[in-house]
Formats: sequence, structure tokens, C-alpha cells
Amino acid sequence: MKRTGRFWVRGWTLAAWLAAASLLSGAWAPAARAAEKPIKIGFGMALTGGLAANGKAALLSMQIWADDVNAKGGLLGRKVELVVYDDQTKPAAVPAIYTKLLDVDKVNFVVSGYGTNLIAPAMPIVMERGLVFMGLFGLAVNEKFQYKSYFQIMPSGPSPMTDWSRGFFDIAAKQTPKPTTVALVGADAEFAINAVSGARQNAKKMGLKIVYDKTYPPATVDYTPIVRAIKATNPDVVFVGSYPPDSVGMVQAAHEVGLKPKLFGGGMVGLQYAAFLARLGPKLNGIVNYDFWVPEPTLNFPGIEAFLKKYQAKAAQAGVDPLGHYLPPWSYAYLEVLGQAITATKSTDQKKVADYIRSHEFTTIVGKVKFGSNGEWATSRVLQVQFQGIKDSKIDQFHKPGKRIVVYPEAWKSGNIQYPYSSAK
Amino acid sequence: MFSELLVNAVAAGLLLGGFYAAVSLGLSIAFGLLDVVNIAHPVFVILGAYAAYVMNSRFGWDPVLAGLAFTPVFYLLGMAVYRVYYASFERKGEEALRGLVFFFGVMFIIEVLLLLQYGVDYRLVDAPYIGKSFQLGAVSIAYRLFVPFLGGLALAAAVYLFLGNTYFGRAIQGVSQDSLALRLMGADPIRIKTIAFGIAIATASLAGALLIIIGPVEPSIGREYIGRVFAIAVLGGMGSIGGTFAASLILGVVESLTSTFYGPSWSTAVSFGVLLLVLALRPAGLFGR
Repeated sequence: MKRTGRFWVRGWTLAAWLAAASLLSGAWAPAARAAEKPIKIGFGMALTGGLAANGKAALLSMQIWADDVNAKGGLLGRKVELVVYDDQTKPAAVPAIYTKLLDVDKVNFVVSGYGTNLIAPAMPIVMERGLVFMGLFGLAVNEKFQYKSYFQIMPSGPSPMTDWSRGFFDIAAKQTPKPTTVALVGADAEFAINAVSGARQNAKKMGLKIVYDKTYPPATVDYTPIVRAIKATNPDVVFVGSYPPDSVGMVQAAHEVGLKPKLFGGGMVGLQYAAFLARLGPKLNGIVNYDFWVPEPTLNFPGIEAFLKKYQAKAAQAGVDPLGHYLPPWSYAYLEVLGQAITATKSTDQKKVADYIRSHEFTTIVGKVKFGSNGEWATSRVLQVQFQGIKDSKIDQFHKPGKRIVVYPEAWKSGNIQYPYSSAK
Repeated sequence: MFSELLVNAVAAGLLLGGFYAAVSLGLSIAFGLLDVVNIAHPVFVILGAYAAYVMNSRFGWDPVLAGLAFTPVFYLLGMAVYRVYYASFERKGEEALRGLVFFFGVMFIIEVLLLLQYGVDYRLVDAPYIGKSFQLGAVSIAYRLFVPFLGGLALAAAVYLFLGNTYFGRAIQGVSQDSLALRLMGADPIRIKTIAFGIAIATASLAGALLIIIGPVEPSIGREYIGRVFAIAVLGGMGSIGGTFAASLILGVVESLTSTFYGPSWSTAVSFGVLLLVLALRPAGLFGR
């Protein structure tokens, strides 16, 4: 008995050694290796600070993507793991975050945080190491860098500055009576300045006379003096490039002052969020503003409904936008593109994946995505959406089609514009 | 047309100024009378805005009513903050720099607490008068700005009367001039200062309610007001309530006129230009002694 026992002990020791040796030499089944080495995707995201409302919503949808992928067995048989740090909406924090992700966390891929100001500071590091870089809502970031492995998911199009507001002015050009004058107003900050500058070019091209062209500081409290000055110039078209609190201030002031141009809106950020949609309610009627996705029948892409259901179920607990129509589908989609490219190339090689993304079209929950040579969408899909038929402040109405009608571009149009602005109810 | 624009711009400026007064009064007491550099004052205003938001969205309270109802809570909060500040810094004579850091800390803590509790979304309130306006001759006045103006005016009047006509009010003015003399007369300067600081923070409750009536609020929006409120407190003459009110109106009107006739992006620069000009001519501020 004793001898047998000793033999057994020796046998176990031997087996353990063999197992350890085979693990170390890598001669183990692929499934077991997957359990050890996930594919890590790292990024900084605005979880506090000015852009945190969107940053947190983006993170939630990225986690939903990771869960979806892992539920199907991961990528290349390996689990996907997201590594995220809070960039506090501070551009200065970004380089350190990406260096840490690459050197300490040893992530396989990096993607960008949310917004132009937080994408640009990561570019030098990414370029130096020749990495694929998926961008999330950067406006014309690559114009200066000209980096060929940068791909940006916001569908602003090949020339982002002018494509942003092209639809707004195309709509104006098609109306009778045709508008002849325009007022341009925007916040004194990067995105709004770019948006207004693009609008200026479009207005000039269309032959509109610019009767007001001013910026305002981001800390403005009262917008009625601005709106009153605009009203005094009696413009046919008013283009506004504004951030969320200013968008609310502008819309409220327009109603209080009685601003009634023929076309009003353009580049107002914030009018896509549930909180503002609900609070402004009927005051939004008639405004024509940019958007990227709305629940209209023309944009009902496969997978988007299922995604929104998952997102909305978790939104309240995460304290983010309950609708999730603006950014979340896109932060899901930019990881979808990366994931599909990794699967198709069967590789985590940066160059192979980048080449694949550059040369292929992707089917995502936001529709078909194809990138052009500068990493922006090959053709613009900035929608112009008109608010119509909003009668109260209930949020439920925005879940369904019929309140935010796509009036541009032709391919995605879901209804006709009510013109002029004052006739829309 | 021009005259109509001018009248409207002045009216809008006065309304805005009334609101600025509500936000600045507390600082004028703390900084002007007590010498406490409370840079966290705007964040107390944001806290007031959130109190109004919660009472409005949960229980349907009018924001102004909520602002008034929370005044005692803010008063106690202010007293507590001052006690900590006094025990940790002022008593040791370390208030200059470390006190400043303390209020920085208070600011961040309140911001983060609001962030954790209510998230980063912009919050708004509902009231029947928001979004409506009335006509006064050629001037159209939005209730959204008129109510904060009235609130600011009432608050300034109340503080002014309190400081001038009550025992505690006069004692607060006394402590700002000579706390040793006050002690010799048998009054406890620390107690007086605690009460005064409580009042300063109490004004933030109503000011916050007025702020959220004007527009959407998120936890870190208070930082945008730090420069403005200090400018008003200094421009008015440190600790002068009438001066603070006048300075608020002046800044409001200057901002509005610049915004209407010259370009809104210059409004802040012109306001601070006025501040520099006034300080060059009257270093103690408009109503300073």
C-alpha cells in the first residue's frame, strides 16, 4: 500500500510538471490560451469634465459591444477586454494615458476617446508606433496629421468642415421663396468655429448675403441680446453653431424675442439629447438641425434596434442619456469596424488591419461604412433633421419615428420640410 | 430700430445684472466683509440649483420656493464650513494660502458629490413662467430673466436692511472693521463671523434656484462664474451691498450692450475693462470706503 501510495504521489508530480511544461511551451489547446490572453483594446474617455455626459454613454455602448462579441466567443477565439482611463475631458491628460496603455497595459489596439480635442493629442503617439486608430467624433482631426491608419466614424464626410452644413444650405437653396440673406452665429470654441467657418463657405457659394457673423464666449448667461441683434438684421436663414447649454439658451431666446427666419438651426449640439428634447418640447418645432441617426424608417439598419434596447435598459443605472440616439450607436460601430477587420484578417497586426479597413466596406448598426483616403467617411452622411409635430414634453414620443424628420440627404429622406420655419407646428 | 434695440439691450442688461447680484451677494459678504476668499461660492450656488432641481422634478415645487425653503439648510452648511475653516486655518493665521486651498477642496468635493449623485447631464427646471415674456412698451421682457432679477433685487434689499438695521447686521459690519474692538465690547467675533458666513452661503440657495430658471446647469458650470462674481465684489467696493448691486447692474448692462452692438465675444473683455478702469480711478471700488 505504502509503495503504491508513493508511486501515486510521484505520478501526480510528474503529471503536474508535464502540464506546466506544456503550458509554458504553448503546446496547449487554443481555447485554453484564449482564457489567458484576451485581445485588449485601450482608450481614454471623458468620464468626468465637460464632455462626460457623452463619454459615459459611449463607454456604456462600448461595453455592450464587448459583451456581444464575447458572448459569441470573442475575436479570433480570444476574449475581448476593454481598458479605459478617464481623460477628464483634458487634452493634456491624453498622451500619458495612451503611453500607459501601450507600455504598461500592453494593449493590442487603441481607439480614441470622444471628441476632436481629445483625439488630436493621441495622434503623435499613435503615428510614431504605426497603430490603427479608430476615431470617435473628431472634426477634421486628420487634416493636419494626414495619417493613413486613422479612421473616423462620425459620418461628416471627406471635407468635414463644409460637409457638416452643406445639407442645411442645400435645403435653403431649394425653397421658394428662395432665401437671400443669412446670419451666422457660433460659440467661441473649436468645434463651433469650424462649423460656422464651413457654413460661411457654403453660404458664400450659394450667393447668400451675410448680414450677421459673430461669435459669443462659452460662458454666456443670457442669449436674448444676441438673438435680438440677429433679429434686427432680418435674415432669411439663421445658422447656429452651439454647444448644449447655448443651444438651449438660443432656442429659448428665439422664442422670447420672436425671431422668425425662414430657416433656423444647422449646427446646434445638444438638440439630440433626451433631456433637452423633453424640456424644449414644442419650442423645437420647425428647427432644422444636423443629426447622425434618428429612429426614422429610412435609417432602420439591422442590429440598431437590438442595440438600443440593451443600451436603454442600462442607461438609467449608468446615469446617461436615456434615448442614446446620438453617440452610442457610433461608439458601438467604431469597435464593430475594428472587430470585423481583426476577424477578416485573422490577425492583430496593425498594418494588416489598417489596410483592410482602408479597402473594405463594413456593415454596422449605423449602416454601411466606407472610409475615404483621409480616414473620414468616403461620402458624407450628415443628416438634416426637422423637428415636427412635437406637442408636449414627454420623452416617449422621441423613441418613435415622426418627430425628427430626415429632410436631407435625398437618399435617407423620411418626409418633407415645413417651410418657412414659422409655419412649422 | 436702433433706439428699440438700445432700450431692449439696456433692459436685458438690467435683468441680467439683477441675477448677477444674487450670485455675488454671498461672496461680497464672505470676501468683502469677512476677508474669507471663498472661491467655492459659485459651487454653493450650483448646489442650490440642484436642490431646486430635485424639489422641482420630484415634487413639482416652484424653483424660487425651493430656493427659499433651502435657505436655512444652506445657512447651517455655511456655519459648518466656516467652523472647519476657522479651526483649521484662520485660528492659526494660515488662512491666506492654505485657506484658499481649503476652498478649492470644498469646491471639488461638492462638484464630485453632485457628479456622483446626479451624473454629468445638464439639468433644467419646469415652471409655468419659463418660456413666456411680456411687453412693456417697446421692451419685451422674458419671465425667465425677470424672475431672477426680482429675486436678486429682493435678496439685495433683504441683506442690505439686515446689515444696517439689526444687531447682528451691525456686528457683522463691525467685525469687518475691527474685530478686536468688537471683542472688547463683549461680542464674540468668531460667532458673528460664523453667522455672517452662514448668511453668505444661505444666499447661494436662492441664487442657485434663479440660475437654473435662466438655463441648464451641470456640476462644473460654477467655475464659469468665479471670475465674474469676484469682479463684481471688487467693483462694487468690498463688502458694500449697495455697491455690489450697482456693480452687478453695470456689468450686466455693459455685457448686454457690447453683445448687441459690437459682438458677444467682446462682452467679457469689455466688462473686465470697465473693472480695470474703475479700479484705476477708484481703487476701493465704486462704493468702497
